[in-house]
Amino acid sequence: MASNLKIDVQDKDLLVTLREFFRLILEQEDISAIFVSQRLPMKNTIMPALVTDSKTLDRTDPLAPAFPINGAKLLSRLTRKSSGEKIAAVLRPCEIRAFTELLKLKQGKTDDLIIIGIDCLGAFRNTDYFRFVEKNPERSTELFIDSVLSGKGTTAGGIDLAPACKACEFPIAPNNADISIGLIGIDVKNQVLIEARTSAGEEICKKLNLSETKKTAERKTAVDNLVAQRIEYRDKMFAETRDTVDNLEKLTAYLAGCINCYNCRVACPVCYCKECVFVTDVFYHEPSQYLHWAKRKGILKMPSDTLFYHITRLAHSSMACVGCGQCSNACPNEISVMELFRTVAEKTQSAFGYEAGRSLDEPPPLSVFEKDEFLEVAQT
Amino acid sequence: MEDFEPVIVAFVCNWCTYTAADLAGTSRLSYPKNIRLIRVMCTGMVDPQYVIKALLEGADGVLVSGCHPGDCHYINGNYKARRRIKLLKTILPQIGFEQERLKLTWIGASDGIRFAEIMRELVDQLTEIGQSQAKLKMVI
Repeated sequence: MASNLKIDVQDKDLLVTLREFFRLILEQEDISAIFVSQRLPMKNTIMPALVTDSKTLDRTDPLAPAFPINGAKLLSRLTRKSSGEKIAAVLRPCEIRAFTELLKLKQGKTDDLIIIGIDCLGAFRNTDYFRFVEKNPERSTELFIDSVLSGKGTTAGGIDLAPACKACEFPIAPNNADISIGLIGIDVKNQVLIEARTSAGEEICKKLNLSETKKTAERKTAVDNLVAQRIEYRDKMFAETRDTVDNLEKLTAYLAGCINCYNCRVACPVCYCKECVFVTDVFYHEPSQYLHWAKRKGILKMPSDTLFYHITRLAHSSMACVGCGQCSNACPNEISVMELFRTVAEKTQSAFGYEAGRSLDEPPPLSVFEKDEFLEVAQT
Repeated sequence: MEDFEPVIVAFVCNWCTYTAADLAGTSRLSYPKNIRLIRVMCTGMVDPQYVIKALLEGADGVLVSGCHPGDCHYINGNYKARRRIKLLKTILPQIGFEQERLKLTWIGASDGIRFAEIMRELVDQLTEIGQSQAKLKMVI
């Protein structure tokens, strides 16, 4: 039922065209605000923002290779109760997929929300992005877009995508986006593909009077090739990570730099508990307890419970992991948290025939059960 | 290691397996003393975290045991437990814990004899595979 539409690119400038598209959406009567990445006025950096004044949309920058935070958690704050007004949100595919997981947990609503997905060109690690804009203070996003969409590769200015993006097989918005903006395999010097995927999306696009177009074979080929490339990288990453953590000693080495700051938990869009057990006083042990533990093996690494924390998080959230890589981004000590999570999550999700973020119709596996399943798990 | 005695932490439900253990005791059945029973109201309340903590603290094996499917005192807690154990059995081998170190069984309240049998089997199995890696290596 999706309709394929297009917008013409003005003066061969993709960013300006997208900004104009967002302005038209924001100026629609029933839409009060648009949630979209902005280049901040006070510093050359990118953060999501809730925009109500269309004049400020000239700093909108949804394609900058910066991904400081997964917007799903922020969107959950904006939609957990009705504000009485409708908003549109421009999101990367992994943000939509993470939001889908939160919707399943009733930590967000779509009643007053229009989800606009945009083809993701990937992003750099936070620290890499800062280096990138320092080297290219002007038109950094344009440089990146040109490099990626012209096929010259993702290494703009000598800096490459974050591993999470290189391993991401979902560069296109998932089906529950109301509107999807297509760039990959499209002649973006001239036009941008707009897909209205839901009736709400259709309604908006109708008001914008967009002309129709067809999905081309070039787009399909370009997307398929990109996904194949990503899957190849991903599977290599899985194999390497498996070898690196396949016993406790190796996993201990893998996580040796961890200082239990729990940044990965804070950055994770699908770590859903309102209050995490690891920040309660459950783990403020008695001083005598630490001494007891230390005496057992002659040494106790402090802070303790590091492995316990990470394995627990694997058990609690790997099922919902969408692979956005914010955990790695947030780690102050450069632990490859994303690689560990995705590698374990691949097995846990496939054990339940589940794929995080795929569909709202699939309940989180640990929230349901069947009477006759996994019979091999229990000894009779 | 000949004198290796595995340590087993068992989370047993109040209504079935704990009662079965009680029955085994009052029936004067003997079973190995390697088991540390932790009574919980239902296997459905055993957070994966409990199992992980026990294994990292050096337990050689963890047993979760409750009512037979269909007999749960809380209607369906044991079905939920089964999914959680499935999850753990997917994660733990990836970081080097043998499948045998985590076991889920259903032992009804009247199965005192079965309780004793399963405990003996479990101790034999764990004695065979030896000490847990968490006991031998530094765990951070």
